[in-house]
Amino acid sequence: MSDLLQQTPSWGTALWFALAAVALLLVVLGFVTYAIYFERKVIGWMQLRIGPNRVGPLGLLQTVADVAKLLLKEDTRPQHADKALFTLAPILAYAPAFGVLAVMPFTDSIRFADLGIGLLYYIALSGITVLGVITAGWASNNKYSLIGGLRSAAQMISYEVPLVMSVVGVVLMTGSMNLRDIVLAQQDVWNIVPQFLGFAVFIVAAQAELNRTPFDLPEAESELVAGYHVEYSGFRFAMFMLAEYVYMFGMGALVTILFLGGWLPIHPSLSFIPGIVWFVLKFSLYVFFQFWVRATFPRLRVDQLMSFAWKVLLPLALLNILLTAVVISFQNGMFS
Amino acid sequence: MNRDILLTNATTSPESGIRTEEMLLNVGPQHPSTHGVLRLVVKIDGETIKEATPVMGYLHRGTEKLAENLTYTQIIPYTDRMDYVSAMTNNYVLCHAVETMMGVEVPERAQFLRLIAMELNRVASHLVWWGTYLLDIGAMGPFLYAFRDRESILDLFNELCGARMTFNYMRIGGVKWDAPPGWIDKVKEFVQYMKKELNNYHKLVTGNEIFINRLRGIGKFDQKTALDYSLSGVMLRSTGVKWDLRKDEPYCIYDRFEFDVPTATEGDCLARYHLRMAEIEQSLRILEQALDQFPSEGEVMGKVPRVIRPPAGEAYVRIESPRGEIGCYIASTGKDKPWRLKFRRPSFHNLQILPKLLEGENIANMVAVLGSIDIVLGEVDC
Repeated sequence: MSDLLQQTPSWGTALWFALAAVALLLVVLGFVTYAIYFERKVIGWMQLRIGPNRVGPLGLLQTVADVAKLLLKEDTRPQHADKALFTLAPILAYAPAFGVLAVMPFTDSIRFADLGIGLLYYIALSGITVLGVITAGWASNNKYSLIGGLRSAAQMISYEVPLVMSVVGVVLMTGSMNLRDIVLAQQDVWNIVPQFLGFAVFIVAAQAELNRTPFDLPEAESELVAGYHVEYSGFRFAMFMLAEYVYMFGMGALVTILFLGGWLPIHPSLSFIPGIVWFVLKFSLYVFFQFWVRATFPRLRVDQLMSFAWKVLLPLALLNILLTAVVISFQNGMFS
Repeated sequence: MNRDILLTNATTSPESGIRTEEMLLNVGPQHPSTHGVLRLVVKIDGETIKEATPVMGYLHRGTEKLAENLTYTQIIPYTDRMDYVSAMTNNYVLCHAVETMMGVEVPERAQFLRLIAMELNRVASHLVWWGTYLLDIGAMGPFLYAFRDRESILDLFNELCGARMTFNYMRIGGVKWDAPPGWIDKVKEFVQYMKKELNNYHKLVTGNEIFINRLRGIGKFDQKTALDYSLSGVMLRSTGVKWDLRKDEPYCIYDRFEFDVPTATEGDCLARYHLRMAEIEQSLRILEQALDQFPSEGEVMGKVPRVIRPPAGEAYVRIESPRGEIGCYIASTGKDKPWRLKFRRPSFHNLQILPKLLEGENIANMVAVLGSIDIVLGEVDC
């Protein structure tokens, strides 16, 4: 891929790019389809239920049927909604979710843009989604969705700060924001070991960024019915749902790359197994963790949520930066 | 309906000159956390509740009025539909009232069957509460675990009287059906199983930091307030009043068994959670003793006249339902139908404190406070 990027643009390279992009899109959509299926299955088993088992063999086509239903539904819009913003909001939430995947190195060879500031790009682009959420909450002209939208905005902005701070340690250790360099720097030991504090903060903040249990307040159905997307139905609703799961894909890939050594095997002797298998394994572990948490925990309260971000996670992340910086300085002989 | 609750105040901030208005939020009657068809008209300022007005009556069926045209035995199925989560206690309170008026002797075996049915139903009712309360707080798993175990109880009831929720089991002077062969052993098995399962419940939820932090100190009221609002059941006991009619005014055969009345002094949602969990334990304790002493044979119906005509006069009896004090008042003119029948429903009385508890609370606490009162709308509206 990177060789193609270096070549002079021509119709041939453009075609390749288009094909590769479609391939990635299909992979992501396939992931979303089966992530939803597995979420329902796994949580079903944990909760003494069976989960989907009717559509297709073992219920494998359940999500396909659900999506088809959503796409074929009538496109309804509340009468008093702000038409332009109501239409724009799902796109605002959805487009950046796919944009962030451009910089993900799935293996050493399967990757797209090799940006020097890949990590920064991910964080910057994913921050746009909150605009979509708050726009949806406002444009729906519904009290529940307004409260839900404002809650989401507050939560996502608050948790972005510790999320970014927690990865600074990794960046300090690697000396680069390029995601490929970050993986290659973990040849000896994965970042989860020296950066455990950063990893812990990251996992918690990521959970909040993804609006998942125990931080699923924006959609707290017992209080706000469905939060910011209460007025959305049909394919617009599908876009919100898709954005949510694509972010889960993105976050899973990011955790794998930053802390779990990306496509690197557990031990060098196992390197005959292709890198993509390792990547998928680690990635699936994270996704399973998400489902597990969802089946176990109750939800935080909104005021506790905010104080938790600012009073617990942020100081921990800052402490992690300080510790990392001090250790690196010692290693470089700065204090001798 | 009172139109005033739909008015909000608009004010202009003196510093910024921005005109602000309280927001009126209509919660229910169709809302996942109002446990039925309760409607709350909530005035909020940001996320703080300024005023909350419960609007009731969406499930009103006029049970008390209908009862005036029914014979006493015909009223029993109507009581099933009041507190449909704990129909056995409702059955009992009506039968108990009529029996008190007529001075009917209830046979020993029937007494035991009634007590076992009521205590099983108390466990089932608290399980429903536990599951739905956790669902309100945002955890979905416990709901399904609770309903699995409640299902075992409903199966037992199904064997006993052929119904899962609307039992119509008790009759004036006894019970309709004797326990089928092997039923008592099945209940014994269930009690042992439930004791173990209760530990798992505690492991999953009770120690959870998120859960404790959400409930501690919210929905708090003191003893005097509780008495002023004539609260009963766990709502009253959570403020330190040791008042349980099974102990203080023993009915049925409760005086023969050993059990404690758990109380707490905090008066908040967490205290009420702990109390209900402790009550399940105590109910299981009563059940264990009752099952051991269960008479091997005997009648299940006492000697009652074919047409039930309580003597002219009035009677009020009260018992401890899972939700609090349920009372039944009968005014009779000596006919086969009551002249006036009145139920004191604990859910209705306990709900009255809600506006006071919600004032100044965060909107996220609304469902936690409402859930901790443990109302059943069939009983609130009657």
